[in-house]
Amino acid sequence: MPNFINILLNHFDYTLIIVAMGAAFLGTVSGALGTYAVLRRQSLMGDAISHASLPGIALAFLLTGTKMHLLLILGAAIAGWIGTVIIMAIVRLTRIKYDSALALILSTFFGFGLVLHTLIQKMGNANQAGLDTFLFGQAATILKRDVITIGILGGIVIIIMLILWKELKILIFDEGFAASMGLPIRTLDVLLTSLLVIAIVIGLQAVGAVLMSAIIVAPAVAARQWTDRFSVMVLLAGLFGAVSGVIGTIISSTAAHIPTGPTIILTATLFVIISITLAPNRGLVWNSSRQRRYNRNLRMASNKLIEQPQQKSE
Amino acid sequence: MQVHIEILLIAIITASACALPGVFLVLRRMTLMSDAISHAILPGIVIAFFFTHSVSSPILILAAAGTGILTVVLVELLQKTELIKEDAAIGLTFPALFSIGVILISRYTRNVHLDIDAVLLGELAYAPLSRLTVLGFDIGPVALMVMTVILILNLAFIVMFYKELKLVTFDVGLAATLGFAPTLIHYGLMTLVSITTVGAFDAVGSILVVALIAGPAATAYLMTNSLAQMLFLSAGVGSVNAVIGYLLAYRFDVSIAGTIATVTFLVFGIVFLLIPNRGLLSIARRHLRQKWEFAQTMLVIHLLNHEGLPEALDESEISHLYEHLQWEPTFASKVVRYALNNRCVSQNDSQLILTDRGRTIAEQALIQ
Repeated sequence: MPNFINILLNHFDYTLIIVAMGAAFLGTVSGALGTYAVLRRQSLMGDAISHASLPGIALAFLLTGTKMHLLLILGAAIAGWIGTVIIMAIVRLTRIKYDSALALILSTFFGFGLVLHTLIQKMGNANQAGLDTFLFGQAATILKRDVITIGILGGIVIIIMLILWKELKILIFDEGFAASMGLPIRTLDVLLTSLLVIAIVIGLQAVGAVLMSAIIVAPAVAARQWTDRFSVMVLLAGLFGAVSGVIGTIISSTAAHIPTGPTIILTATLFVIISITLAPNRGLVWNSSRQRRYNRNLRMASNKLIEQPQQKSE
Repeated sequence: MQVHIEILLIAIITASACALPGVFLVLRRMTLMSDAISHAILPGIVIAFFFTHSVSSPILILAAAGTGILTVVLVELLQKTELIKEDAAIGLTFPALFSIGVILISRYTRNVHLDIDAVLLGELAYAPLSRLTVLGFDIGPVALMVMTVILILNLAFIVMFYKELKLVTFDVGLAATLGFAPTLIHYGLMTLVSITTVGAFDAVGSILVVALIAGPAATAYLMTNSLAQMLFLSAGVGSVNAVIGYLLAYRFDVSIAGTIATVTFLVFGIVFLLIPNRGLLSIARRHLRQKWEFAQTMLVIHLLNHEGLPEALDESEISHLYEHLQWEPTFASKVVRYALNNRCVSQNDSQLILTDRGRTIAEQALIQ
């Protein structure tokens, strides 16, 4: 055990701290915002946004030729945002359901991104936007300025979320009531999704498009098991997200060839598994023991009922 | 030339094979299962690869299909705990399985050719390169044969269980009451989706399989109200997308699968805009017409209310409408013109007089 701690301490070098900080910020923001997505049953919106952002990144690169982090993030955000707006329009205006609209936009936007990517490859530009990095993330490439970008954008997202706390809460729990109170629900809806878009595009570099949806969903699902209060759930989800980010980063740094993104996801999944089995009140263990207690009480009560009439008849 | 025809054939057959089960996924709101399956098969492929050490072994396909079904089971188990909703269950399961696959690949297969990119993206252009030879005869590309078998399998399943599929899709409760075993049909369909996805990812990659499954079916859903027609339309749209996509990709020398996906979106967009009754344009036109119809009805009711009464002369002045119905002058004159065109009212100087037709409309509106 001390040996393990030594390994850990040796690994606490500058790069690791930077990456872990980035992962922690990212986990907090996506965990907290994921709460909204999960409660609205839009858990897979994150998957759609992250895939749909590829053409935006490719276009930003094609148009500007730079690999500047912020510009690519902007491109990704715009494409992801357009994707979600189209999804909402399809659901509102046609009989096509949410899942089909999501699948359609996710895959076709990504396909268009691939087309643009082959164009970039043909240009033979040495400064290529790596498709691998987009798909799987490359946490090791996170620099100090990336962490600052993640921190600032994530901070803005959290601040907007806190300012509109009450409105967004009403929106997700009772849309009809929110509308009857005169809240602009469509605007709020678009705003909430835009916040989600920002949370996702800042995570692409670390976790990658394919797995980004899980870091939205997993912390929120885990947090849901421990509480019935919305505010506590958001806090817990942010915490779980941050802890998963840090633990995932540390584990992946202990040995060679353990990619960071998937490790973070598996850590978050572990949180979910622990939560759904052990959480008080809702957890599986708790539930089955309660079921057993009920059964025992029922048996005892029915035994009493059977015995009582006999006593009377004597 | 032969290569082009072979690629086109593979594209068309793959698209049709995906479009058929896609119809049921779209109707049953389970389209995202295909997304989940197509990602989650990765660890199955990797583990099978450890045993076979060959990328083209059929065991890989079986293992992948098995993992696909495992994904479906896992998602349903998570849902059954009633702690996690369906969408979140999907969103948890496939990234976890995919992560395991990615970690296995990058940790243990670094020196072997098993590319995650190839699994995720696929490349149709290389599909004709791996060929199936029987007794020394070259009978065509492996992908073509595999997808043809899968297409026949899908067709057979749908034809044989058409009634059951239809009932389970539209009324699960009734299907269960009549003893149609909805669970069995459900797993049958999911097995089919799994096999189709695995067969297709080789050619087009796992993310674009989703476009082939969801795109044509969603497009067809906008076009018809009949399940049988939807199946034909879906396969047709899928094939057309594949052909246009391939030709464009060839012309501009870009990713074939990506272009097919892009075309899928464009075709969906065109149908969404233009289809009669359900399209965006006809929705907009209907809204506009309803607005004028409603205003015209207001006008005739107003005229009918005051008809034959002492104040009728005042009330039927056009300028009086501004005040009484609170209409802007420009809007009022437009409504009057609309009503005049429809012969609901006739004009006598600035007086509006109800015609027989207008009277009937007003009376009917009042009865309703």
